[in-house]
Amino acid sequence: MTAAVSVQNATKTFGMFTALNDVSLDIEAGEFIVLLGPSGCGKTTLLSILGGFLSPTNGRISIGGREMTHVQPANRPTTTMFQDYALFPHMKLRDNVGFGLRMRGMAKAARDEKALGFLDLVGLRAAAEKKPHELSGGQRQRVALARALAVDPDVLLLDEPLGALDLKLRRQMQDELKAIQKRVGTTFVHVTHDQEEAMAIADRIVVMNQGRIEDIGAPADIYMRPRSLFSAGFMGEVNFIPGRVADVDPVSAQIETALGTMTLARSAFTAGAPFAGQAVTLCIRPEHFRRAGNGTAELVTLGSAQMTGQAFFGTHYRCHLRPQGAPDLSIIAHMPQSAHVSEGEAVTLAVHAGDVVVLPSATKDA
Amino acid sequence: MLRNVLISTASWVYATLIFGFIFLPVAVLVLFSFQDGRLPVPPFNGFSTQWYTAVFADRKLMAALLNSFVVALFSSLIACLLGFLAAYALARHKLPGSALQRGLLIAPMTVSYLIIALGLLTVLNAFGIPLSLSTVGIGHVVINLPLCFAIIYSSMGDHHVNIERAARDLGASDIKVMVLVTAPMLMPSILAAFFLSVTFSWDEFIIAFLLSRFDVTLPVEIWSLLRSGLNPKTNAIGSLVFQVSVAVLMLLEFTLFRKTGKS
Amino acid sequence: MSMTLEQSEQRKAWGFVAPALAWTLAFFVVPFLFMVAMSLWSRQSGAIVRAWNLDNYLAFFEKAALFKGLVNSLEITLIVTVLSVVLAYPLAWIIAERVPKRFQRMALIMAVLPFWTSYVVRSYSWLLVLSKNGVVNQTLMTVGLVGEPLELASNRTATVIGFTHFFVMLLTLTIYANLIQLSPNYRRAAADLGANAFETFWHVIVPLTLPGIMTGAFLTFVLCIGDYVTPQILGGNNELVLPQIIMLQLGRRADFPMAAALSIILMLAVTLAYVLCARWLKIERA
Ligand SMILES: Nc1ncnc2c1ncn2[C@@H]1O[C@H](COP(=O)(O)OP(=O)(O)OP(=O)(O)O)[C@@H](O)[C@H]1O
Ligand SMILES: [Mg+2]
Repeated sequence: MTAAVSVQNATKTFGMFTALNDVSLDIEAGEFIVLLGPSGCGKTTLLSILGGFLSPTNGRISIGGREMTHVQPANRPTTTMFQDYALFPHMKLRDNVGFGLRMRGMAKAARDEKALGFLDLVGLRAAAEKKPHELSGGQRQRVALARALAVDPDVLLLDEPLGALDLKLRRQMQDELKAIQKRVGTTFVHVTHDQEEAMAIADRIVVMNQGRIEDIGAPADIYMRPRSLFSAGFMGEVNFIPGRVADVDPVSAQIETALGTMTLARSAFTAGAPFAGQAVTLCIRPEHFRRAGNGTAELVTLGSAQMTGQAFFGTHYRCHLRPQGAPDLSIIAHMPQSAHVSEGEAVTLAVHAGDVVVLPSATKDA
Repeated sequence: MLRNVLISTASWVYATLIFGFIFLPVAVLVLFSFQDGRLPVPPFNGFSTQWYTAVFADRKLMAALLNSFVVALFSSLIACLLGFLAAYALARHKLPGSALQRGLLIAPMTVSYLIIALGLLTVLNAFGIPLSLSTVGIGHVVINLPLCFAIIYSSMGDHHVNIERAARDLGASDIKVMVLVTAPMLMPSILAAFFLSVTFSWDEFIIAFLLSRFDVTLPVEIWSLLRSGLNPKTNAIGSLVFQVSVAVLMLLEFTLFRKTGKS
Repeated sequence: MSMTLEQSEQRKAWGFVAPALAWTLAFFVVPFLFMVAMSLWSRQSGAIVRAWNLDNYLAFFEKAALFKGLVNSLEITLIVTVLSVVLAYPLAWIIAERVPKRFQRMALIMAVLPFWTSYVVRSYSWLLVLSKNGVVNQTLMTVGLVGEPLELASNRTATVIGFTHFFVMLLTLTIYANLIQLSPNYRRAAADLGANAFETFWHVIVPLTLPGIMTGAFLTFVLCIGDYVTPQILGGNNELVLPQIIMLQLGRRADFPMAAALSIILMLAVTLAYVLCARWLKIERA
């Protein structure tokens, strides 16, 4: 029904090119995991290694505690749902969904019955006699899901299953996928490059870049407390402010930036303990800026900045600001609908100390 | 306006002349197969089916007809099967030297049948293998395999890859993937390859002539009929083959290809 | 260590491609190499002597009868190829441009219908038309245009007619396929730029269909130069072509080495033709 997955030090090279670089990942049984990353970062490669379509060049895979590194896809407790659905074009939906059961030797009557049940699960029982080309994109996607689930896999691998759908249908299918996963309890490993989709459905998100895992964690964690600059930038808009660790004590650290010096708790350093003299980058999301002087505690002020441009986004104003301390830096901040801001106006910037994340700056040669 | 009329007229005249040229020998062939007399040339003495009766009474011709059918059927089946397997392997897997392998499989297409036949004949002679219908069949597979391979290979699009993977993922063995998924998806081109092979084999003369001895195919039997010069019986067997081929062609056109042509 | 998935996939793939490769090697490559070897042996007093020499090839250039065979073959093939293209192109154009869309398929099927007579019978049926008491002669005599029947069959003209009949059909098919792929926008653009119908045809349509024409012409060349049936039935005994000479070596004299050498020469002629028109040939990589 469901199984844990463990990837240990998986590396995959194609000729000279390293598509996966020493990836280790432990997935709990019944978890909904999302692999998130830009195009070409190795998501499909990792999924293929889990599904049995590729062997890792180095490293090991185990599923449900059993060694699976070189096991054929047919002999793994996984099924894959392909981005292009890969439905059998010449078979009725019932036969598509029943195919895996047929391969397991189930008698026709029994597998038809079961196939109809799974078509029911995705709301397509009435279309059982149709062929794939008579369906819409969203319907095909559901059939592919039903077909993959019909063989009761322990792990379902989904490669950008919603990639071809329009935005509205996509949001709707996300909810359905999540609901179905809850119902069947199967471990889902879902690939996407849409961070909103990832946050909407994942128990945990795995952020990947250039064949490596950058960050792993619950959606809120990844968004609020990213552990890498890439992860911070990929999850949504963020301001990067360069700085230097001036001083460290057991509970906090003092950081010098062009916008002033500030003291932050050591918990702000998500990627490891700071040391004096370290070059760091402050990550501040636009919606975390507050106007100074609101009276709430623990505000860190970042000096005054001049409004250089703004646009109304419905839920907020998106503003461009030029800090007085660093005129070559451009800061993006969200202001509430009620904030009547105008161009050229000077505002004093501030953030909650707890909202700031400090990461080591990327070294030149990395 | 005038120029358009001129082009139209010229087109019609030209098309009529060329169609006349194309159909003249066939029309004469069919017409004089019904000749009531010993010579299939003008004047037309009257309508008679005696030569068709003679054809059906000719044991050797009937045997040759059957032989041709058997050779065409089996050689085409083998060519399609081998071509399909090779296309599957080369289109779906990265094999070392795959360009070379493709080149090798296509190569017989560029060589005259006469040379293929002669090569096979010298080898068969050297190994003391007697000539028979099987040796003709072997030769016909050699000429049809490149055709079947090329047709099927070119229809194996990359969009089929994930569909086959899905089948394997759901537990199908390679053979089952091919039989239940790949072959049905490629059925139009497999059928096209098969029927083209049957046609080529059915009509092939020089390989059948050089590689057969006692059991011969229809073109070889007709060849020996030609020694008797102009003979209405030759007309009759020729017309018969023509009429049956056209009937089969029309049947395929209106059933099989009508359907697949749409999708 | 166990095999990786890729390795076991590859091993299976070798299994699938092996039968076709084996067949081609055993029944095409090996016989061909054998024939090459054979062409370097010779036949003396009824037996094949396995002594390597170039005698057969030298004989080809020395004996006029043999060399003339190649010349005849080349002449006939070139005439047939050019004639077929010239006759087929307008027909293909008429079907593609002048015949209403829904009748085109039917018109095309009609244009190639005689394909479906047996190849041997097709040449024979030209005998019915061209022989001394054939349709043409009898018509001419009835009309009174000639007193004596003309010698129309058993000569080079008859061979050329027989071949042309076959290849006009083939080329109509290939050129038509090429013509209908052209976007009508080419013609509109050319007209837009001030070209008249003829200029459009000559400067736009013909160059665009050239690859198709060349492919068809090459196919014609290959099939025509290697054919034995048509010249044997229609050509008479005066101007033998290379395939006929090859068959003569086999039949009367059982001189396999000579036949092999002549076959190699035939193949070289085809290869040469391929090299000459290779740059126009678009052999599709699927
Ligand atoms: N069979 C292969 N041979 C060579 N290179 C490959 C192969 N498969 C993948 N790659 C390369 O490996 C890298 C990762 O590919 P992968 O398909 O895993 O990316 P991805 O993260 O799924 O991207 P996308 O979001 O575009 O699907 C890419 O740069 C790709 O070009
Ligand atoms: Mg991918």
